[in-house]
Order: sequence, then C-alpha cells, then structure tokens
Amino acid sequence: MVKNVESRSTVKASKGQLSFGKVWPYEKAPESTDHFTIADRYGLFIDGEFVAPKSKEYFATSNPATEQPLAEIAHANDADVALAVQAAKRAAPAWRALSGEDRARYLYRIARILLERSREFACLETLDNGKPIRETRDVDVPLAAQHFFYHAGWADKLDLVYPGATALGVVGQVIPWNFPLLMAAWKIAPALATGNTVVLKPAESSPLSALRLCEVFQAAGLPRGVVNVITGDGRTGAALVQHKDLNKVAFTGSTEVGKQIQRSVAGRNVELTLELGGKAAHVVFEDAAMDQAIEGVVRGIFFNQGHVCCAGSRLLVQESVHDLFVEKLLLRMQRIRVGDPMDKNTDMGAIHSKEQLTRICELVSAGEREGATLHQADCQLPSKGYWFRPSVFTNVALSHRIAREEIFGPVLTVMTFRTPEEAVEKANNTSYGLSAGIWTDKGARILWLAERLRAGVVWNNTFNRFDPAAPFGGFQESGFGREGGRQGLRAYLKVPFALSPG
Amino acid sequence: MPHPVAPVEFRVPPVDAVALETRVGELATRSIKKSAKVQGLKLAIAMMDLTTLEGMDSPGKVRQLCQKARQPMPGRKDLPCVGAVCVYPDLVPIAVAALRGSTVLVAAVATGFPAGRTDRVTKLRETELAVANGAHEIDMVIDRGAFLAGRYADVFEEICAVKAVCGPARLKVILETGELKTYDNIRRACRIALLAGADFLKTSTGKVQPASTLPVVLLMLEAVRDHFLATGVQVGVKAAGGIRTSKDALRYLVLVNETCGDLWLSPHWFRFGASSLLNDVLMQLEKERTGRYQRPSDFSVD
Amino acid sequence: MTLPVKKTYKLFVGGKFPRSESARSYQPSETKHIHVTRGSRKDLRDAVLAARIGQKAWSSSSAYLRGQILYRLAEMLETRSAALCEELAQSGVTKANAKREVLASIALAIWYAGLPDKLQSLLGSQNAVQGPFFSFSTIEPSGVVGVIAPETPSLLGMLALCLPVLVSGNAVVALCSESAPCASLALGEVFATSDFPGGTINLLAGLRSELAIHFASHRDIDGLLVAGKPDALITQAAADNVKRVRYCDLPAAAFRDVSRLRSLHWVEPFVEVKTLWHPVAQ
Repeated sequence: MVKNVESRSTVKASKGQLSFGKVWPYEKAPESTDHFTIADRYGLFIDGEFVAPKSKEYFATSNPATEQPLAEIAHANDADVALAVQAAKRAAPAWRALSGEDRARYLYRIARILLERSREFACLETLDNGKPIRETRDVDVPLAAQHFFYHAGWADKLDLVYPGATALGVVGQVIPWNFPLLMAAWKIAPALATGNTVVLKPAESSPLSALRLCEVFQAAGLPRGVVNVITGDGRTGAALVQHKDLNKVAFTGSTEVGKQIQRSVAGRNVELTLELGGKAAHVVFEDAAMDQAIEGVVRGIFFNQGHVCCAGSRLLVQESVHDLFVEKLLLRMQRIRVGDPMDKNTDMGAIHSKEQLTRICELVSAGEREGATLHQADCQLPSKGYWFRPSVFTNVALSHRIAREEIFGPVLTVMTFRTPEEAVEKANNTSYGLSAGIWTDKGARILWLAERLRAGVVWNNTFNRFDPAAPFGGFQESGFGREGGRQGLRAYLKVPFALSPG
Repeated sequence: MPHPVAPVEFRVPPVDAVALETRVGELATRSIKKSAKVQGLKLAIAMMDLTTLEGMDSPGKVRQLCQKARQPMPGRKDLPCVGAVCVYPDLVPIAVAALRGSTVLVAAVATGFPAGRTDRVTKLRETELAVANGAHEIDMVIDRGAFLAGRYADVFEEICAVKAVCGPARLKVILETGELKTYDNIRRACRIALLAGADFLKTSTGKVQPASTLPVVLLMLEAVRDHFLATGVQVGVKAAGGIRTSKDALRYLVLVNETCGDLWLSPHWFRFGASSLLNDVLMQLEKERTGRYQRPSDFSVD
Repeated sequence: MTLPVKKTYKLFVGGKFPRSESARSYQPSETKHIHVTRGSRKDLRDAVLAARIGQKAWSSSSAYLRGQILYRLAEMLETRSAALCEELAQSGVTKANAKREVLASIALAIWYAGLPDKLQSLLGSQNAVQGPFFSFSTIEPSGVVGVIAPETPSLLGMLALCLPVLVSGNAVVALCSESAPCASLALGEVFATSDFPGGTINLLAGLRSELAIHFASHRDIDGLLVAGKPDALITQAAADNVKRVRYCDLPAAAFRDVSRLRSLHWVEPFVEVKTLWHPVAQ
C-alpha cells in the first residue's frame, strides 16, 4: 500500500539540498534617474509658493542606501509654523465655500498629474527613503494617486452620508518617514475633499516627495494656502500641533509621540485622529495553504524593510506545523534580494536611517540576550548605507522584548499556539491593535477568529493590502479614527449635534 | 483479521489562488537585462521541446523540424541545440533518424494523446511501441475523467503502469491543468504523479485552453521542490502550450530560478513545450547581439 | 403607624449593590438629608474588573438580544416611573419636571432598543477594493467606557450618556451626578432587573473632583465620555492608554429635547471599525 498522505507535520526538509543564484544570476537593473532633478535646496511651501524659512536654518536629507546627501531642507521654526497656519486659515473660508464639485475637480487633477509623473515620484521616494523601486513604483505612487482620485469622488457627495456636515477648518498633519508620499496622500486627500485646509509636516528624513507634491498642487492650480508643507524635525511638529488655530490634528507615527500629541491638544476642542504603532499577530493554522502563507508572512514582515506600522511582526504558528513552516520560511528568506533600492530586482532596500538601524540592532541583541534564536539571511550587504539582514527569531516567549515592542524593521518573532483559543489569547496579548493576519483553509474559523482579534484590520489569507475604499486604523494604543472609506471622512467633518473632542 | 487499509486520498496542502497569483505577479516584474537575458534565452533554447502535434504532421514536416532542432540558427554556432523534438508516436522513427548524431532527444506523446480516452491496454501498447521505436521520452496524459470523478487511485495506477513499460525512457506526465481547473486539483494531481514515479510533471497537451500558465507552473515547481526536500528525489517540470515570446520564457525561468534554484536550471529538469517560441527567442538574441530590432521573415519558419 | 423602611443608597457593581470599600458616605448638595455611599478609587478598580467580565457577555450577546434587553430597560423604567419621580423630587426636581424626565428616559431607551441590530448596516460597510478581494468593515465596541454623568438632569443625563455607549456592546462604569445621585443610583435597580449580564453597567457615586481623574488614568478603561466642557487634565491623563475621549457639553435645558439625544454621532466615538479582507477565488 502506498503511503498516500503528504504528512505536513513529519516532512523534514533535509533529504535534498537546494542552492540559489549560482547558475543564473541577474544582471544589475538600476532604474535611471536622468529624467528629473533634485534641487540643492528646498524652502517651505507656504501660501502657494516655496519660501525661505524665517529660521534661516537648513538641514540635509540623504539617501540611506549610500549616505549621500540629496538636498538641503528648510527647518520651520515657530514663526514659520505660524505663517503656514495663517495661510491655511486665510484660505479656509474660500476653500470651504467652493462647491464640492470644484473641490473634486482639483483632486482629480492632482491624481492625474501624480500618475503622469509617477516614475519621477517613484525614483525620488526610493532615493530619499531607501525602499525598493519595485515598491514605490508598484505600491506607493499608484496608491497615492488612487487616494486622491477616490477622495475626489467624495467631495461632491458628502451630503449623501453626512447631511449638514461642514469642514472643520484648518488641519495640522504630521506624517512619518516610512511611506512619505502615500501618507501625505492619505492625509491631504480626505482633508481637501471635506473642505479643510492643510498644514502638513513630513518627516525630516524623507521630505522630498511631499515637497514635490507641492509642485503638483501648483500645476493643478490649487488655490494658495489650501495646502502648506513645512519641513523640520520633532520641534516643528510640536509647534504645529500646539498651534491655537488648528481645528484638527491628524498624526501617523509612534505611539509615544501620539500620546504626547493627545496631551498637547487636550482641552482645546481639537478633533484628533491617531494612527500609531503596532505589533501585529500573524496566525498560521496547520491547514493553511502553506507556500502562500509563507509568502504572506514574508510580505507581512519584509515589505518596506519592516518599516510598517501594521507589519505582521509576531508569527503565531500552530505547533503541529511549526518546524516545517519555519524551515520553509527560512529557505524563502534566503531568497530575498537585499541591496540597491534603485535596482528593479531588489526585494528589500536600505534601513531608513542610522537611528532606526541602531534601534533595530538594540532590540535584536536584546532578543539574543533573552535567549531567542536568531536566524538571518546570509545575503551580501553593501558597504555604504544602512542595512539589516532579513531576520527571524525562533524560541521566542511572549515576555521577550522582541515579542512586545515594535521593532519597525525586518525582524520576525515566531511563537506557537495549540488551539484557536490560545491563538486569540496570544494575538491579543498586546497593548497595540492595528492589524492581524490569519491563514487557514477553514472559512468558519476565519470569521470566528476575526471577530475576536482586537485589531482594526484583519487580513485573512492575505496581508498588507491597502485600498482607499477600505477604512484603516487601530484599536487600543494603535490609535483612533479611521483613514479611508466612508468612515475615514468622519474625522474631517463637523457634524450637527455631535460630542466634543477632548 | 486483515489490517485496515488506509483510503487512497492523496491529501495535499490547500492552495490559495490569489496569493499564488500574487507571488507570480511579483516575480513577473523581475527585470532581466543584458548578459542575464542572453544567458536565459540560450538556456530556454536548450530547454525547448520543439513540438509538432497536428493531424497533418508528415515525415517532411518532422524532418524540417528536426533540422531546426539540431541547428536553430545557421551561423550562430554559439547557440545550443534544443532539448528534444516532440512528435506523435508514428513519427518517432522519422525523428530518430533525422536527429541521429545530435544530442537532441526524441519525445513521443502517448496514451491516447490528447484526450487519453482509450483503454489501458492500448495506452500501454502505444507506449511500448514508441519506446521500442527509439523515443527517449514519453509524454503521457493522465485520465482526467477518473481524476475529476474522484478515482485518484485509478489515475495513480495508470501512471505506475505506463512508467513500468517506459524502460529507459523518461516519463513526462501531462496533467492537462486546463481541465483540472482548480489549483487544489492541480496540486493533488502533482502529488499523484510524483508518488507514481513521474520523471517530469508537464502542464498541458497544448490542445486545451488555458495551456501552461505561470501560476500553474509555480505550483508544480513548489510540488517538485517539496518532493525533493522530503525525499531527495528530483523530478522535472515541463511548461507546455501558450508560451510564445522570449518575455514569457524568461518569466518561467525566473520562477524556476527563485523557487527550485540552480539544480533545475538545466534541460534535464526544466523544459518548454513550444513551437513558435524558438523564433522569438532567436530574434531577441539577434537583437541583443546586433543592437537592432529584427524582422520575423528573416528567421526560418519550420 | 409603622416606621417606614428607608433605602440605603449604595453603588451598583457587577450586578450587585455594594457599599464603598472605603466605608465612606457623603451628603449630596441637593439631598442633604441623605447619606450616599461615597465611592473610592478602589471601587472604580472593582467596577472596571466587573465591567471587563460584563463586556464580554454583553458584546457577545446577539444584537437582537441586546435590543430586547434595552427594551426591557424601558419596561422597567415604566413600571418604576413613580419611584424614579420620587427620587428626582428628593433632589428638588418639580413633580412635573420629574415626570417629564422619566418619560423622556423611557422614550430614549425605546429608541436605543431598536438600534443594536441596525448599527452594522449604519456604520459598517462593504469596501469596493481593487483586486480579487472581498473587503468589509464591521463595527465593534471599544470595550469598557467610563461615563461621567451631568449633574442635571441626573436621571436622563445618565441614560443619555450611557445608552449610546452601551448600545454597541460596550460596558459602562459611570459616575452619578454628585449633587443629585439618588435617581441615577436607583437606575441600578432598573438595570439589575433588565437582564443585562452582570457588570455590563456599573454605577458609582462620589465626588467628581476625586474620581474623574482616576477614570481618565485607569489603563483598562478604553474610552471616556464626560459631561461638561473639554477638560485638559482629564484628556491628558487619558492619553496614557490612548483612550477615546469625548465631552458632552450640552446645557441642562438642552436635554429637554429628546431628539437632540438620539444621535449616531454619540455612538460612533466608542465603536471600533474593523476592516476584513479575504481573497476571492475558485
């Protein structure tokens, strides 16, 4: 009798030895950068034009893959922040009074121009951020354009879903460095669609795409002052959120800073949305589509070098398939192409900054000290720039720092569970609640689990999917308010008879 | 009391279609340029089963095809000959004679190709004759009717039986994935063929649409890879039908390169079943050599 | 004449009526003749523990059942309306106003009784995303929500703030009107007989100046609905676990207009939108 069951619990990948990349290595395929230029120095975008900062201070933004400086960026001080907010405040009445149809037309224009200039934006984003061109080209830029297009369509339909609602006024927005252009789009598009004017502060280490987006606004003929972009570090952000003329603050970034912002707007009747950190559980059951689950796990933790708030950083795999799953995962991890972000065949680019690399290294050594087992891809890393190998920790306990703290890098922690109840309990054992992933072939179990996971986004048999039509945001200390979808409009509108924000 | 007999289920892990296709989509964006492109295209020629499977196939047609197989492009001595010529069983002697002295192998379709709707005795006899006539490789079709009716054991036993009469010839098992339809079915058919001793898993006859697709081949590559990891036994994969351009061929090779790796990047372990692909590959190679875009009519249509 | 039996005004925690662990009491400014149990920080702690348990049971009840229980609440309000009027009268509310307040409370409970099984369709969505995916957003309760009720109207104000929180499946720990807690404490008896799972709603009485900050800083409270103007100190303390904080600064007179209190916008701040994705394939 033939043994007919491909037993997934006993198969050990030990008989055959595979090797990769020796027979047919790919030639370098760098994206060209001769179709656009980066200025030596950028001012602040206030009231429709680029202006020199009152602070007279500039700082450098550099390419994390090479450590080469790219441009000098203006530092906005309190006076600059005040000018930007004033410009937004001056622009607010006319912008709000504009018909929804006209606001929609501006947003449609922006979406179109962004797509027209997509290659330039993709290259610029990769140079400034360190993420691979494949991702900026296929994800960041098209999705950013889609956000403008999606929200354009809401601008003249707000009455259908929020009758009697009006714009809040001036919105201060602070965004992180991990998806510079996409986050700008996530923030600006709904704000403009709902009739608000904006002061946006991009991260100091990745400001170029937001500044170039200002050129798109100019090209679209967007009225002066409707969007203002001020660059600077945490001081600029603090000055912005503390400005008394803001009606709303929207922040994406770390939970720590999110709490500070919640404190600093306290008592001012300022509407607030926070999209903060995460430590997502990625739950894999023994009946999962294994090779695809591995792809999902890889996508979950190594996409954008793991610099993703919703990264699936805690793998919870059913104990019965743990060994095989990890073995296959490590094999797959070896094949991630790490290197020059501008190379079209690169899967994982540079760590965004020296500071972030230091933090990742610190947490990884903590993981080793605490007794977890570290597995790393043995890829060649460039000599210049900030790099970290794709990494997986096994033998991880829930109490380890690497299982609790957001690493925000390409580091996966693997733990096991035995029953669905245990999976839920372990998945929910966190103060965060942004996202979660489930891999199982059983529909009923997916819904059972999805109902119980305390997370704002639950990806079932997929991971890291985004769409402007799908609300995104967290439970618990991952923040509040949603971005995207009908629900995402709410926090940009003043509705009749509502409760007051804190 | 006899021992209880385990039911023959050929259980396999489920396949998630969307995630499988997503992975294919990612790999399809690989940018293969310059020397990597030339190397890949030459590899594709060496991996090609140059195929003619028509009712109007004649000795003349087969001889012409064999000439192309031995020397794909006169004047380009740096190009390899193709892997094999694939014909109907009755034309095997013609192909064997025409390819004598070359390294090009002769593959014969058998077992009532393409439908396979004939009795087991005929299938086995057809295979025996093809092998006796000099075929180095047998491309059999599985009994899709039995498979879709849930008679997996029948499918398994038939492959075993054909394998038994193949002698020295390598057995390619055509799953006809376009009729199995779902990835779960295809994954299970892979499992059956692997257990039955197939030397190659082959996607399609070329007579059913869709023939070979990238996700199906990725799935097959995963199946043979897992089989290899578990047992140490290496099995080949043949993508057949619908592959017409160099770009297609390179995309398949990327799947091989990044799923099974170095061991499979050889004509012994990966094949393309195609007829019109060769000329496009030759055109692309000429373009790489000369830097100029080519004219199709400059290449022989065999 | 038989001596009347007087009620002790106690807390309502986990379906039971405990005294404060602190054994303190206070005399509310509107009912100086009555001693009311004065809840402490530890009573709040106990109430949150009870609420955690209640929340699980309450939110896992079907929406239909939650609607029925809320309707039962209206029934219980109706049968006890005379008693509730008397409680209100004790703290200086005129008979006519007390009657009006109780009737408004019943009306509000009825409105909310019909809401649980509509919330998903009102606040959830199916999302037209790109690619072969089915995406939908459901709404879920935030968890345990603290409510600090307005001073007046003490009964209707309490219900007006608790019902929008409860309706989506949250559990509530509420602080009663400090100056007039009797009617809202009596609500405990109404809740206790309405089939709410124990701990779904918990009522504390005491000094707002003492307790509000502890509501804000408690890390296992997920949201906070506070009567009054936005209070920076409270929100700042609440930021420690990123609480959802809202203020209800309606003047007492505005509560007369019940239509003003029936708003999805009061429900929204204490629900979480959960977006699910699933591939679509053969």
